[in-house]
Amino acid sequence: MENVEKPRWRLVKTDNPPFWVKPLIPVLALIGTFILTSVLILLADANPFEAYYYFLFAPLENQVSLLEVLVKSTPLIITGVAVTYAFATGYYNIGAEGQLYAGAIAATGIGMAMHGIPAIVALPLMIVGGFVAGMAWALIPALLKVKLAVDEVVTTLLMNSVMAYIVSAILNGPWRDPNSGWPQSPDIAPSAVFFKLIPRSRLNFGFILAVVLILILWIVMTRTSFGLKMRAVGLGKPAAKFAGIKVERTILTAALISGGIAGIAGVAEVAGIHFHLIGEISPGYGYTGVIIATLGALNAFGVGLAALFFGLVETGAQTLSRALGVPVYLGQVTQATMLLVALGMLLLQRYKFRRM
Amino acid sequence: MEVFIINLIAATFRVSTPILLAAIGETYSERAGILNLGIEGIMFFGAFIGFIVADKSGSLWIGLLVAILSGVLAGLLMGLLSVSLGVNQHVSGLGITLLLTGLSLFGFRLVYGGRSTPPAIPSFETIRPLGDVPVLGQISDQYLLTYITFLVIIPLAWFILYRTNFGLNIRAVGENPEAVDAAGVSVYVVRYSALAIGGGLMAAGGAFLSLAQLGAFTHGIIAGRGWVAIAIVIFGNWSPVKVMGGALIFGGTFALQLRLQAMGLQLPIPYETFLALPYIVTIIALVLAGRNASYPAALLKPYKREG
Repeated sequence: MENVEKPRWRLVKTDNPPFWVKPLIPVLALIGTFILTSVLILLADANPFEAYYYFLFAPLENQVSLLEVLVKSTPLIITGVAVTYAFATGYYNIGAEGQLYAGAIAATGIGMAMHGIPAIVALPLMIVGGFVAGMAWALIPALLKVKLAVDEVVTTLLMNSVMAYIVSAILNGPWRDPNSGWPQSPDIAPSAVFFKLIPRSRLNFGFILAVVLILILWIVMTRTSFGLKMRAVGLGKPAAKFAGIKVERTILTAALISGGIAGIAGVAEVAGIHFHLIGEISPGYGYTGVIIATLGALNAFGVGLAALFFGLVETGAQTLSRALGVPVYLGQVTQATMLLVALGMLLLQRYKFRRM
Repeated sequence: MEVFIINLIAATFRVSTPILLAAIGETYSERAGILNLGIEGIMFFGAFIGFIVADKSGSLWIGLLVAILSGVLAGLLMGLLSVSLGVNQHVSGLGITLLLTGLSLFGFRLVYGGRSTPPAIPSFETIRPLGDVPVLGQISDQYLLTYITFLVIIPLAWFILYRTNFGLNIRAVGENPEAVDAAGVSVYVVRYSALAIGGGLMAAGGAFLSLAQLGAFTHGIIAGRGWVAIAIVIFGNWSPVKVMGGALIFGGTFALQLRLQAMGLQLPIPYETFLALPYIVTIIALVLAGRNASYPAALLKPYKREG
């Protein structure tokens, strides 16, 4: 009797996944996310298919909510770009949240002093001010990392909490608007407000800023020697050092750019949306930035797409909440589920089924 | 002044408890080589599950138990991502925090609606074993959970990590997983177990806040305590006893700030300074530990078996 093993389908490792696998991943991740989150929609006594219509398609059907998707994407694009610079270099900046607030404080401070000064002066001043403030807040953990090898994940996280208290102290102290019952600063000067791209919508100059930052990220990463250095350091410090790259300087620079851009996200929220400083400028955009950078595979256009999609999810969650009474937090759950499912899928592309 | 100091000491133990529980949970995880940034979300989830189960079942203890179970599940999910799939630990941890925070808020809104005053439940009562003994009696007026944390969980963590085979395996997979594997012990099983224990403790820390300290669940209930716990673990050099010291220092500054605020004292500096102080102290401590901080060697490194 011949002892031949029957051919079976097996999962084997591969370095060259078939070309059709990569575009399939987002689609499968989306389907996986839909199946998982529909449990929650059912719990909320709604029909998942109807719910997903309001969630993902209804916001695209009229101009008002379509523009709102772009408005909601703006801070996500900017923090996603900010985090990408750091993560691509292997510097895990989890501090974009605090750096965003540093930028918001600078923008508010400069903006309040711009009465009687034209927008052509006020806007660049605020953007540069926000960039410098975000950079300054990112400087401490970055220096601690390259000079003393202190883990940046923990220090950037802690600095976020410290910044939250600084904002609270400013709003309860020197900048407290006497005319408001809430802890908020007085409004910035009219000339410091980002101009609207479309009248009667919230879409403003901040979105253009976000798009420009994506293009710059793309150019830096693919067309400059600094981008090459960053990626080399991110892939492996010893090898980068061996190739003659100044590793510490590259990390420091990437960390500062990352912090500066996160600061610009704060500028865009103050000058484009709120017009004053409040403690709730960001519902965690800095942390979502990490997720967007990851989902976008640290690629400029990937980051843009992921941020637009997250903006759609946030707008859709509000539409859905109004239409069917499903709690608005479904948006956050969907974003997180999408990330976790996609991470699992990314690894699957390293394997393939083979009959053997 | 005497009353002030007695109150401060009593409050220090109370305030430290949830952070210490979470920090010990993180110690188990990191000793096994996994940085669990899901901690903030797991604490939030534990606070939520504990509250809702206690409210619906009428039993605080059932609430606590189910909260711990939910934390164990969350720890296993972290294991699925970071151990089985080998995903970047920062990203998977933050993803879990985002997921569990969202789930808790979703569930809370679903069950209680969007009312302006949060529902409250009768919380755990404190016990006072030293009764009317001067000074000590008042300090001993604590929740049973605080006693369990300081007198059972910490010594037990020390015993498990340093005096049992299981603990040796946890520390070994955090230092040199290849050697553990070669010795015939499954790296995956050990890491999953450590994450499960860790998740349970983190959730217990969250549930302490909703079931004992507050008797309610609010959006700001955790407010970064998970991140503090992560810092305390490094500050405490991954040793349960030193981690306890770190949690007490943090709890002390936090309690001091609360007392000063409650007294309505007009201070020349904003009260937020005191709130931010523990974070700044931790950063300074990290700097002082600097290159000497003995991180588990295999921390953040996924283990893939060859062949």
